[in-house]
Amino acid sequence: MPVITFREALGQAINEEMARDDRVFLIGEEVALYNGAYKVSRGLHEKYSTRRVIDTPIVEESFTGIGIGAAMAGLRPIVEWMTMNFSIQALDQTINNAAKMRYMSGGQFTLPIVFRGPNGPAEWLSAQHSQSLASIYTQIPGLKVVCPATPYDGKGLLKSAIRDDNPVIFLEAELAYGWQGEVPEDEYLIPIGQADIKRPGSQITLITFGKIVKLVLSAAAELEKLGIDAEVIDLRTLRPLDEQALINSVNKTRRAVVIDEAPPICSVGSHVAWLISNRCFDILDAQVELVSSEDIPMPYNHRLELAAQPSIEKILTAAKRTLYI
Amino acid sequence: MPEISNYDPQLLKKLLYDMQLIRRFEEEATKRYGLREFGGFLHLYIGQEAIAVGAVAAIDLQKDYILTAYRDHGFALAVGMDPSSIMAELYGKQAGTAHGKGGSMHFFDKDRHFFGGNGIVGAHIPLATGVAFKIKYMSEPGAVLCFFGDGAIHQGTFHESVNIARIWKLPIVYICENNQYAMGTDFRRVSAVKDLSKLSCAYAIPGSQVDGMDILAVNEEIKKAAQLARDQKMPTLLECKTYRYVGHSMSDPGTYRTKEEITQYRQNDPILLFKDKLIVAKIITDADFDQIDTRCKDTVTKAVEFARTAPDPPTPAMYEDLYV
Repeated sequence: MPVITFREALGQAINEEMARDDRVFLIGEEVALYNGAYKVSRGLHEKYSTRRVIDTPIVEESFTGIGIGAAMAGLRPIVEWMTMNFSIQALDQTINNAAKMRYMSGGQFTLPIVFRGPNGPAEWLSAQHSQSLASIYTQIPGLKVVCPATPYDGKGLLKSAIRDDNPVIFLEAELAYGWQGEVPEDEYLIPIGQADIKRPGSQITLITFGKIVKLVLSAAAELEKLGIDAEVIDLRTLRPLDEQALINSVNKTRRAVVIDEAPPICSVGSHVAWLISNRCFDILDAQVELVSSEDIPMPYNHRLELAAQPSIEKILTAAKRTLYI
Repeated sequence: MPEISNYDPQLLKKLLYDMQLIRRFEEEATKRYGLREFGGFLHLYIGQEAIAVGAVAAIDLQKDYILTAYRDHGFALAVGMDPSSIMAELYGKQAGTAHGKGGSMHFFDKDRHFFGGNGIVGAHIPLATGVAFKIKYMSEPGAVLCFFGDGAIHQGTFHESVNIARIWKLPIVYICENNQYAMGTDFRRVSAVKDLSKLSCAYAIPGSQVDGMDILAVNEEIKKAAQLARDQKMPTLLECKTYRYVGHSMSDPGTYRTKEEITQYRQNDPILLFKDKLIVAKIITDADFDQIDTRCKDTVTKAVEFARTAPDPPTPAMYEDLYV
């Protein structure tokens, strides 16, 4: 099976879906002539021309709204936000227009649109350019939110997102674009709304999503050295959440640690921790733990920024608490 | 000045009827709101009817599109949506245009190419630009009319969208309905220019002011601008000078302007002006107008009867229309 990078896997997904459906187009800052700020769209402008791969001025609110209007009128836009940090400029469009237009119109409009870009902490970027905004989007009814952890999942989920008739927020990560993984040559789709067991285990469930799935798998390997068999669940989709997959796992292991790159208040992680506490109350052998980023903006200093985020040590400490060791 | 003799008399009568229907509809809605038969916001279009009716008559909604903001009852009626369903939506009923999920600010009719009914000031200007993008992308023959108020023209979305429409050559007409007050703020207090159509200069597109109280002037200017958009993919900015007689919404005390000013504008009423013009041109008589008015009142009475007696949506319906 070919081994390719995350950015290549995402680029393949866009390319295949553009070839499949003329209504699919890519719009955003630097997506065309520059081949994308993170090179996800490399080669697409050359293949599809300026009709379908479209550079915009630096106007997140308006090019996001233009995508939404085009979707209301029947096209299938992929809106690239250079990073999710800049998507804050477009929050009104996403929350008030994309998420609500179908509902407010009594079901008259469909909005087949994908908003994608890198989310979460990167490196040496300070507070405005290094933050997880997953919870902001996940809180909004009317949106779907997807956050893949591997090139394989990235390609299969992005293709599903582009074919979905609802607005989908697709969260990538700067630090993961160069990661490599096996991606089949034959076409495949991964359905939105299904979590994935990235490592089966029996004694504790570690639940996470996005680029830190890798970190959590390393933590699980450390736990194995201590003789603890951890299951790692990758949510993959944050909305709609695959609640049953979480409940099934925790009913088996009776212990759970949730790991999320965002600060701890009202986060996807805190919601998942509540959900497990509520649904698995009778079977839990310990309190549910949440490992989050610290409740601060991201500092610039590299040592401090690492200290602000979930780490293997923090995960092990939380896991040991639930295991009373 | 547009020549009345260039118009089909039947069309002129229809325009008068459509304006009067909006007027009577909103007068009745105000009354029912006052009786607390429904609540929420109710942004009235009274005084501005010539713009929506003149605009709809200027385009072909088989291929063209219209978007507006939250002062949208007039547009909903002008594009031909059923008055009873519109009234039922004000009452929040299942038979309403959005099954009771939208209300006064959110009328939509996808089939009639009326894309709302948008509640956030200036936020639909990119949407309209996106619809124009679709027309160009699919090589279709239409154009988009995007209406907004003198408050919205200072939003970034307006400036960002007009710039993009120009550089991408999108078929769209941006139409500012300058009713002179953004809620309680006189537009002269918050605008660097008094002639808002001059903002077109910054984006190298045509711009002009239109007498928004003269339905035929509105109709002519929008026809020309829409044709320019369709044929040459050139956007236009039109500023329709108009006036709303009533408050921004129902809770507006109106302390920011004088009674004399309102009285003065009422003498320049778009419906009365047009009616007088048609009488002078011997296209209608006073009796004809009375008949038109009676028809409008009957339609509105029926709409209220329908809306009041229609059932609420069933509770489980609140989960519908969210995802496909």
